[in-house]
Amino acid sequence: MPAVTTEQVQERVIETLASFGPEADQITRDATFEQLDIDSLDLVELAQIVEDEYGVVLKGEDMKELKTVGDAIDLIVGKAEA
Amino acid sequence: MAEGSALVTGASRGIGAAIARALAGDGWPVGVNYRSDRDGAERVVSEIEDQGGRAIALAADVTDPAAPEELFGALESEYGGPVLALVNNAGISRDDLTPTLGDEEWSSVIETDLTAAFRMTRRALVPMMRARNGRIVNVSSVVGLRANPGQSNYAAAKAGLIALTRTAAVEVARRGVTVNAVAPGWIDTDMTAGVSKDLLAAVPARRAGTPEEVAACVRFLVSDEAGYVTGAVLSVDGGLAA
Repeated sequence: MPAVTTEQVQERVIETLASFGPEADQITRDATFEQLDIDSLDLVELAQIVEDEYGVVLKGEDMKELKTVGDAIDLIVGKAEA
Repeated sequence: MAEGSALVTGASRGIGAAIARALAGDGWPVGVNYRSDRDGAERVVSEIEDQGGRAIALAADVTDPAAPEELFGALESEYGGPVLALVNNAGISRDDLTPTLGDEEWSSVIETDLTAAFRMTRRALVPMMRARNGRIVNVSSVVGLRANPGQSNYAAAKAGLIALTRTAAVEVARRGVTVNAVAPGWIDTDMTAGVSKDLLAAVPARRAGTPEEVAACVRFLVSDEAGYVTGAVLSVDGGLAA
């Protein structure tokens, strides 16, 4: 698997979340999924995209802990490096 | 019709075969799943091809936890897109009155008629969600709605399918994916061949239905026209559950 940078993951996560409805400029690292009206089904879909692109498998229990966009990015990058 | 394929489980004969033919008639490339009746499945594929359609026969026991990945993987590579229509039709019955119904009869029916449909649905949903387009139809039964002595295992599985249908339907509704059920009554198939014809007196229409009549309902639920129908149970039973 090619090494992934935080910037790459951040760009992909923001692009994916934007496709679920919120405006791209609202999607900051500190924005919470609640604020963005991103629900658990959206996160399931995000997890699938992350798995396809980075080979990182995110389980339901991983996703439950996520509160902010930054949490998701850090989790993905952390798992990709592991 | 979307760029994708359809999978019909238990499609070598009866209702499943009629559904496979109907969907192929609407232009879907169809995966004709079978467990043991290879000749039947290949006959269905030939019939579809003779009509100018596309289909492949896919062997798999739906109760095998690896079956969803095998079936979906085969269709995704054969037709180069996601499976956008799933019809959970495979089913068995092992009838006995509840006081004497064995554990094996209970669990094998639940496993085949309910758990396997759940696993197929689980595998189907994410690609459908990502495509913002998908159709799942579960073949339930009138006995999931109305009691029939001697079928508590089958009834529990088929009622469970209805609950699964409704729950999954609301989870994915805003993704353009619909999940519905049909509830056939007495349909002339191998499964009902041994059942006493006296029961037909209870059917308001006073006749058995045909696999094609069930398939026509599934074909509608899978069509673009049914995009606003989700979480529904369509009875196809000559009035038996009315």
